[in-house]
Amino acid sequence: MSLVVFENVKKQFSGRKVLDGLSFEIEKGEILALVGPSGTGKSVTLKHIVRLLEPDEGRVLVDGVDVSACSRRELEAIRSRVGYLFQSGALLAWMTVEENVALPLRECTGLSEDEIDRRVAAALDAVELADAADKYPAEISGGMQKRAGLARAIVRESDVILYDEPTSGLDPVTSITIHRLIKKLNRELGITSVVVTHDLQGALGFTDRLLLVKDGRAVECSAPAEFAASTNPVVREFLAAMKGEL
Amino acid sequence: MSFTREVGRTTRVMLASVAAFPSVFRSRDSRRDFGVQLYKTGIGTLPVVTVVSLFTGMILALQVGLELRRFNQEIYLGAAVMITLIREMAPFSCGMCLAACVGSAIAAELGTMAVNDEIAALEIMSIPPIRFLAAPRLLALVVMAPVLAFFCCVVGTLGGGVVGATQLGVNFEQYMASAMSIADVKDLATGLAKAVVFGLVIGTVSVAQGLGTSLGATGVGRATQRSVIISFLLILMLGYMITRVCYQ
Repeated sequence: MSLVVFENVKKQFSGRKVLDGLSFEIEKGEILALVGPSGTGKSVTLKHIVRLLEPDEGRVLVDGVDVSACSRRELEAIRSRVGYLFQSGALLAWMTVEENVALPLRECTGLSEDEIDRRVAAALDAVELADAADKYPAEISGGMQKRAGLARAIVRESDVILYDEPTSGLDPVTSITIHRLIKKLNRELGITSVVVTHDLQGALGFTDRLLLVKDGRAVECSAPAEFAASTNPVVREFLAAMKGEL
Repeated sequence: MSFTREVGRTTRVMLASVAAFPSVFRSRDSRRDFGVQLYKTGIGTLPVVTVVSLFTGMILALQVGLELRRFNQEIYLGAAVMITLIREMAPFSCGMCLAACVGSAIAAELGTMAVNDEIAALEIMSIPPIRFLAAPRLLALVVMAPVLAFFCCVVGTLGGGVVGATQLGVNFEQYMASAMSIADVKDLATGLAKAVVFGLVIGTVSVAQGLGTSLGATGVGRATQRSVIISFLLILMLGYMITRVCYQ
């Protein structure tokens, strides 16, 4: 059974259709990239998985549970399994990196301080940020903030991580580091990853499948090699546009 | 319709925040945040509150004293200043200072967090923003508002005494004796109760505006502006209503 299923999801804001019958599935343990032109609903799609937004029509199922119809307790159970990396990292400014990473453990679990310290250290090691543990978000670079956000996303031992533009605004070297981290987490911990990205070249290199979203609909969902060789005119147009940008 | 929805949302924020007050003391991060908010609300606004209350007392003394002098009744200056301050002006000026200094800061801070996805991040971590962010801020305002209102009253009364002694020829000891003779427990309780209500209102409005922010920097500016305007209006209206209930 697929881990996440979108069934004919429709969503509009102020009369503007953003998702228009979006349907696709995410398999357990895979890295799926959501690609497409700006404003086609990629981030909106991601937010539906954890009910930050609810569909106007259709259903979003996570492990068979309808996210928009489930109880508060079921939603918390789903959210406890899902890590979310926002574009900005979304770290709390008045807490150090270490405190930010420890936050979900301190607030939502009954773990001892020793266990919390151990898990936080492991998460910071995993994203290669142990040296910045005592720094505040304003004292570290954008790339480091994203890695700190990633450490916070994995510290609860989530089995799904949603990445919203993890490399936007980063230099190519840092982008490659982030891609490597996503791949490493996927391979070593079996974390299912959904990555919204504009970095098509990067996505072709580290993901298992790419889903092209246009006008709120799924146009093509295939492995990188098939995607690059697709004869679908919308995919060809998108690839050509991205090459033009590069 | 939009107004009704806004009122409903703000009321829900208030009820949920008040219900979450006990949880402020349960988690280490919330306790620390509560301490920071107490400092910001109390010590942080002290300079402004001191200046505002001092001049409020001085202006009151001057205006009332000049009128009393026409009837040779300057001996009642202390009583007039004290009764005005303790019943109305102390909680009112304290409320205005808190709305301008603390409420606006809360709305701007939470608004910025909302547009930077920090609020959404808390929700995904199953940390309710109302419990984690709103409750410590609201509780700090509810605790510090009456303390500051009392401080306002003391400083304003002293300011009035200085004006009475230096410009109206009223003996300071006589002024203070008059002031202390009029103050009773009911006036003090009413004044402090008003301050508590104002603290609750300012906190609720600021948190609701901040958490409801969208549309980036423009939205943050709008939320901050609205929090101050709505707080000012509610302070005036509720101040009148409480006075009417307690004194008519």
